[in-house]
Amino acid sequence: MTLIPVKTKARLLQGNEACVEGAIAAGCRFFAGYPITPSSEIAELMAEKLPRLGGKFIQMEDEIASMAAIIGASLTGVKSLTATSGPGFSLKQENLGYASYTEIPCVVVNVQRVGPSTGQPTAPAQGDMMQVRWGTHGDHPVIALYPSTVRETFELTVDAFNLSERFRTPVILLMDEVVGHMREKVELPAQEEILIVNRPGPTVPRGEYLPYDDTRGLVPPMAAFGEGYCFHVTGLAHNRRGYPTTKPQDIDALIRRIHQKIEVGRGDIVRVEQLLTEDAEIGVFAYGSTARSAARAVRLARSRGIKVGLLRPITIWPFPDEAVKTLASRVRRLIVAEMNLGQMAGEVTRAAEGRTAIEGVFRVDGELITPEEILKKIEEVV
Amino acid sequence: MAAVTWHRHLRVERMPQIWCAGCGHGTILGAILRGVEKSEIDPSKLVIVSGIGCSSRAPGYVALDGLHTTHGRALPFATGIKVARPDLTVMVISGDGDLSAIGGNHFIHAARRNLDITVVCFNNSIYGMTSGQYSPLTPRDAMATTAPYGHIERPFDLCQLAIGAGATYVARGTAYHAGLVTNQVTRALKHKGFAFIDAISQCPTYYGRRNRMKTGVEMMKAQRDTAVNVKRAAKMPAEELAGKIIIGDIHVSQASEYTEEYQRVIDRAQGRT
Repeated sequence: MTLIPVKTKARLLQGNEACVEGAIAAGCRFFAGYPITPSSEIAELMAEKLPRLGGKFIQMEDEIASMAAIIGASLTGVKSLTATSGPGFSLKQENLGYASYTEIPCVVVNVQRVGPSTGQPTAPAQGDMMQVRWGTHGDHPVIALYPSTVRETFELTVDAFNLSERFRTPVILLMDEVVGHMREKVELPAQEEILIVNRPGPTVPRGEYLPYDDTRGLVPPMAAFGEGYCFHVTGLAHNRRGYPTTKPQDIDALIRRIHQKIEVGRGDIVRVEQLLTEDAEIGVFAYGSTARSAARAVRLARSRGIKVGLLRPITIWPFPDEAVKTLASRVRRLIVAEMNLGQMAGEVTRAAEGRTAIEGVFRVDGELITPEEILKKIEEVV
Repeated sequence: MAAVTWHRHLRVERMPQIWCAGCGHGTILGAILRGVEKSEIDPSKLVIVSGIGCSSRAPGYVALDGLHTTHGRALPFATGIKVARPDLTVMVISGDGDLSAIGGNHFIHAARRNLDITVVCFNNSIYGMTSGQYSPLTPRDAMATTAPYGHIERPFDLCQLAIGAGATYVARGTAYHAGLVTNQVTRALKHKGFAFIDAISQCPTYYGRRNRMKTGVEMMKAQRDTAVNVKRAAKMPAEELAGKIIIGDIHVSQASEYTEEYQRVIDRAQGRT
């Protein structure tokens, strides 16, 4: 039996590779996927590493099937992952909604490329920010994380599994082509240093188990198939026994509870990084690879005597309303830099509640936003 | 006479079920549960997976682990379960539209992998839940709400499709021949590999009434009168077989099964072979 291959010495890793290391460290033992640029390295590495650990890899016939397969595997108690990019992420939406509504933990990686449609497969973009939130139909909660370094990709992949297990919900790990393909020297933590969270299991006798018991907390304990609990899971509106229901009070209670469990957990889910924002008169809001350019722009502006700071959301959804609101009440201008036409700028405007003016630096041509472009905007608004 | 024991697999408290009077689905579900009982497999290790449609509501009436998934996707959900836990027995219940239209791609690929799953298609030649639109199994010239001037497409032969795609146990029965379906389910569950049963059902409400067969009884008589056992069919001339349904065990073969093959991958990756 091969041991978990987490090495503590420094290695030169790609974001996609760090994601695989994080998934394995978190306990992921099932991967289903379909080839797509720029995420395919994740599938290839999982195909190599999982069987060494007794885990399973399968390349499915399409993206829809991959999403379905990880939900099925998770229902047997196995932590499961799929990875894709824009067109594939579009295809996964229906079953993502299924996982959300039926409360099946799983992690979906979306390494963003230029869209819409086939777009530009090998170039970075951040155009799926709102699709991550609202891509599947109906009211549903979502957790989405977005690293900007290779090391952080490892950490957030572990976090994605932990949050998914703790809240019984699918978690989306966003990257962009730059984060996915960029190589950095990183030192990964030893396995024993990594906190692992597993889904809450049933504590009642088999005959008394209710798969959606909402009487003891917002996250019902989850049994696995094949353990004798004999429970039913459906994407229809369901009651606490897991059976289809048409009772308005049951339907309402379920949808409100799955939102509430995330809302109540907001304090543990939502994370941001602040860089020089304490005395800032101008704020920059940026995430993923764009935040790297933004951090450079902030330092360049500071060297020119401009008081500017960076707010980098690590959690995209739920949106960090409080952090934005606090910064907006302190700065004269808040610049949002992103590789789309203002998807998060809309959210920043909403959260700022008119406390400051919002400016945008947007690019959708498959090229990174440079520090100079952001610096130019900072100097413009001073 | 042996005591009736298969009733223990029904969730009687969920009755009455949603199926119309005269529908063949209850008959086929009963045949499946008798087959499960006869197979003597451990019911706590059996998972039933379905998609969307009238037949896909079946797992909700069964006291086993049950997964009612999205339209057409029962097989990839079932694939995840079986690959993650090969020790579980996995059965898929699907309708003709669910399995062969929206889910057609998954059907051929699960068969190609020879994954050890039993699939029972409740084949009533129509989309019943959405009120009678034509399916890939609707016969040519039949009437449907989306074929108000008669249907112009040729239907699939699901058994031939399954054989072509690599299934290793392929059978057909009907609601009229429920005893045959029971025995086929028992054989399918014991078969190592992808097992497919085309179980012809009847939808008097949305197919029969529009096609000069007003009741379920009339439709079951048609099943009786048009069915020919595969052994007898082998000796009949082609012209006599026109318009007949061939029932029985149509194809049985042995081939390497997916989860056993994957175990060999694990052994190789771990340096054991």
